[in-house]
Amino acid sequence: MEYVNIVFQEVYKILFLLVPVLVSVALIVWLDRRVWAFVQKRQGPNVVGPFGLLQSLADALKYIFKEIIIPSSSNKVIFILAPIVTMTLALISWAVIPFSATQVLADINVGILYLFAVSSLGVYGIIMGGWASNSKYPFLGAIRSAAQMVSYEVSIGVIIINVLLCVGSLNLNDIVEAQQNMWFVIPLFPMFVIFFISSLAETNRPPFDLPEAEAELVAGYQTEYSGMMYAMFWLGEYANILLMCAMGAILFLGGWLSPIDIYPFTLVPGAIWLILKILFLFILFALVKAIVPRYRYDQLMRLGWKVFLPLSLTWVVLTASYLFYFNLLPTN
Amino acid sequence: MIAHSIFFYSFSIIAVISAIMVTVSKNTVHSVFFLILDFISISCLFIMIGAEFLGMIMLIVYVGAVAVLFLFVVMMLNVAQQKNQWFASQESSGHIPVGLIISTIIFFELIIVIGGWKYKPDLFDINNSVNSFNVSNTHSLGQILYTDYIHVFQLSGMILLVAMIGAIVLTFRKRAGVKKQSYLKQISRERSEGVEVLEVETNKGVKIDD
Repeated sequence: MEYVNIVFQEVYKILFLLVPVLVSVALIVWLDRRVWAFVQKRQGPNVVGPFGLLQSLADALKYIFKEIIIPSSSNKVIFILAPIVTMTLALISWAVIPFSATQVLADINVGILYLFAVSSLGVYGIIMGGWASNSKYPFLGAIRSAAQMVSYEVSIGVIIINVLLCVGSLNLNDIVEAQQNMWFVIPLFPMFVIFFISSLAETNRPPFDLPEAEAELVAGYQTEYSGMMYAMFWLGEYANILLMCAMGAILFLGGWLSPIDIYPFTLVPGAIWLILKILFLFILFALVKAIVPRYRYDQLMRLGWKVFLPLSLTWVVLTASYLFYFNLLPTN
Repeated sequence: MIAHSIFFYSFSIIAVISAIMVTVSKNTVHSVFFLILDFISISCLFIMIGAEFLGMIMLIVYVGAVAVLFLFVVMMLNVAQQKNQWFASQESSGHIPVGLIISTIIFFELIIVIGGWKYKPDLFDINNSVNSFNVSNTHSLGQILYTDYIHVFQLSGMILLVAMIGAIVLTFRKRAGVKKQSYLKQISRERSEGVEVLEVETNKGVKIDD
């Protein structure tokens, strides 16, 4: 009986986290399209609901009622598994995101490693989808995205080491609390810029959207997918983008901390600050999509391995020496 | 306790079954996917015994990087469909005895290591020093790795570096006639040197150098 109670409590908590995440994914798609349209002096989706807010809902309905087509020459089990893997991995990582000092589903010791591990697993959804489709364009897209995501993960890992050097803990709440006096975006500003660009590449966003470059590869690994399975890829992708924004907010922008530590600001609950920071980063994501043209593949690889990796490694050495010299290394 | 054992047995059963499927399955890509499943369930087992750092590193390094490269190679080499399974093939393969010998050696080594733990109690001190203090697993692991075993730790890092450089040197070959792009040149191109407006006379055309 006790177990049943615990299970119900946990399920309730998980639903309370996942439903808002899914709803905000739908809203964020709308926001993405609106920002894109705003930059290009268009209207964007503005018909369905107030300001077009329900556009994503209408799209989702359309996807649900479309037929799911499974190519006869595809590897069926893996073909069906791929979108499920993408979506699951995009959602399970929200378990460790702290919305305030106490509002976190799983306050684990190695939270940042968990986030990193789950985001590095995200490659599999794409590779599986691309390979199982048994068709040229999806396969090329999958190979491209796998190489791209593995490359940029390396620099994200090194940037995380930079932050961890200043914190001395792998727990996400500790990382947030270490920024009480100063957000890490100030001392580690170059790392924040590199993290932002790497997270664009990690989530296959423009200007690094080569896996689904529509001019060359139709839609990359999603070419053979239709109906609900396509929608799941799409949901997983946007949930991943939100997650990378949340990661940036926690690592560099002080997570749920209020920007100014004065009375009226501290009254606002931490969750709202975190959501505002995520929104800020997401609007940057959307602006980049609208402004920057797509990279060539060799330029992308060069940027990852020859620019970002040496830069972030050098910064690790610099941070470590600075902290060591001034005896600031966190020891607990 | 019941939940603990339920999780333990389900993870270990998945691990063993997927390890068997790695060698048995006909499709090489499927084998790699089973290998990934194996890695994941083993890292879950690591987390269950309280070694959360090892479990996460296992996920990041093996599943996130090594297995992706495996998949890459397997997909690129086009060895996806094997005709024979090793246990059902007509002509006996030469690899089987070698593999059997190596696995027997590894098995005995494992027995020796575990037996050493069992019969030499002072070896447990190392084991305890990781778990006993009231600090997190990551903390105590770092405390041991970077103090008592720093030389071995750095040596293993050097060995990996040498192996990486060796692989690069062995596979690197200079090919003639490859066009290289200089990024500096591409970026620093100006309009004045790239575009030229010419008056073209009818029926004469213009000569463009290069």
